[in-house]
Amino acid sequence: MSIIELSGVEKSFGAVQVLHGVDLTVEAGEVVGLVGDNGAGKSTLMKSITGVYTTDKGRVMFDGQDVTQLEPGARRKMGIEMIYQDLALAPQQDVANNIFLGREPVKRLFGLLPAFVDKPRIDDQAQGMLDRLGVHVPSIHIPVGMLSGGQQQTIAIARALTFQPKLVIMDEPTAALAVREVESVLQLIAQMKSDGIATILISHRLNDVFAACGRIVVLRRGNVIADLRRDETDMAEVVSYIVGAH
Amino acid sequence: MLKLLERTHVRPESLAVLLALVVVMAILSPVTSSGIRVFLTANNFFNIILASATFGILAIGATYVISAAGIDLSLGSVLGLASVAGAALVVTLEWPWYFAIIGALGAGAAAGAVNGLIITRGHVPAFIVTLGMLGIARGLALIISNGRGIYGLPDEILFLGQARPWGVPTPVFILIGVALVAHYILAHTPFGHHTLALGDNENSARATGINVRRQRMVLYTISGLMAGIAGLVFTARVNTGDPTAGLNYELLAITAAIIGGTNLFGGRGSILGTMIGALIMGVLQNGLNLMAVQAYYQQMAIGAVLIAAVWLDQIRTRGRSLQ
Repeated sequence: MSIIELSGVEKSFGAVQVLHGVDLTVEAGEVVGLVGDNGAGKSTLMKSITGVYTTDKGRVMFDGQDVTQLEPGARRKMGIEMIYQDLALAPQQDVANNIFLGREPVKRLFGLLPAFVDKPRIDDQAQGMLDRLGVHVPSIHIPVGMLSGGQQQTIAIARALTFQPKLVIMDEPTAALAVREVESVLQLIAQMKSDGIATILISHRLNDVFAACGRIVVLRRGNVIADLRRDETDMAEVVSYIVGAH
Repeated sequence: MLKLLERTHVRPESLAVLLALVVVMAILSPVTSSGIRVFLTANNFFNIILASATFGILAIGATYVISAAGIDLSLGSVLGLASVAGAALVVTLEWPWYFAIIGALGAGAAAGAVNGLIITRGHVPAFIVTLGMLGIARGLALIISNGRGIYGLPDEILFLGQARPWGVPTPVFILIGVALVAHYILAHTPFGHHTLALGDNENSARATGINVRRQRMVLYTISGLMAGIAGLVFTARVNTGDPTAGLNYELLAITAAIIGGTNLFGGRGSILGTMIGALIMGVLQNGLNLMAVQAYYQQMAIGAVLIAAVWLDQIRTRGRSLQ
């Protein structure tokens, strides 16, 4: 069964139609690369999956359920995570709080008092998660704004993985990273695949897409114009689809 | 000690400033007949906290909205509206005494909710909405009271402002109680975490599923509620529903929050820090009073402190990002 299934998704902003009836399916444990030129509608399509945008037409099925009308928070609870290129973290809050932002575990004293955030548990689990992923930060108590770009990206991924997601969408996760940091992100994606998590990777860096993805979907002007298996294609073909030479 | 400050998000510098100010004021203040500095008497100590209590409670509201990257300029005017609303119900309409509490807190929360509603639903900048409310609330207070103070509140209400259980003025208990609850919520509940995250990076907060609109709405309502509580305390202390109460208090409240360590651009804020900020403002005012400095100069001093505090914060943040 497909983990995510989009059919006929359309979205307009005012007079501009960005998505023209997009169909896309991703299986559990599959890593799919989503490529296309700027303005092709990649980010809009992904935000239709996470629920940040509501679609004008079409249906979004997730894990066998119709989630088209659900809020982002509800979809996230069902297991859809998105890692944004640049707006992922709250820079003045510490590493552990960022990982648990929006889903803080709480405790109640005597079952009566208003719930308070279980900070020791947050710290403990955040540290455990980072250790498991092999991510090194000086301390989980420092504000994430003081970390390097690569460290911040791995924190964002750690956050996405903390609550056993079924689908993780990554928007240009490697765009701002140094070569060694790219390696560790690609390793994380491989690890997620072996855990059965489906991944959609949006990237302009075709090297990374070919390294990580088993399937490559090309979007142009709001239409899926190619759906290629990595083994049966090459970079030249993908590029020709992106620029519209096909 | 430093660890405790860090855990409660209080800046050591604010504490140092407070202590320095206390020393300076103690040295500069006149000597009483019994040979001690006026500033250091127990009576004066309570004077400082009493004066700080009203704008200290306002500053709690300011801390909440500012740490979520908002602003509430209507705090002082809403205080005045709350003062008049409470007094009008029990004095003019002769309703039971507790309607002074319901009226003041209700008027404050309602004004805050209107702010929040227009900011979140109408997408009008908070600066403009609360600046407008500054005029509206003050005008409404003057209309309700016909521009005159409403005197003669029942004893139960006066207790909240003038009594001294165990020798300590009631407003001090109210301030401490409100501050502790507010600190707990901001520092230790999911609501507080979301408030700081929202001020830090609104898109991030939204992406993690936080209901940003509802969060803002609640924050402005809390801010209004604080103005209501401050209005009640003010009314009880002076035994008057005063339409001019809290004039320019937003200046004091916002300054107290900022020198207490709240980031003007959101993402950082601590109620305990704000309390120290309020004490700094209280000591400053009190000391200048004791030295018989004209009120006009005091206004200037407070304004200068606000600008200096933000300036220093800018220098500090820039220094940090260069590291």
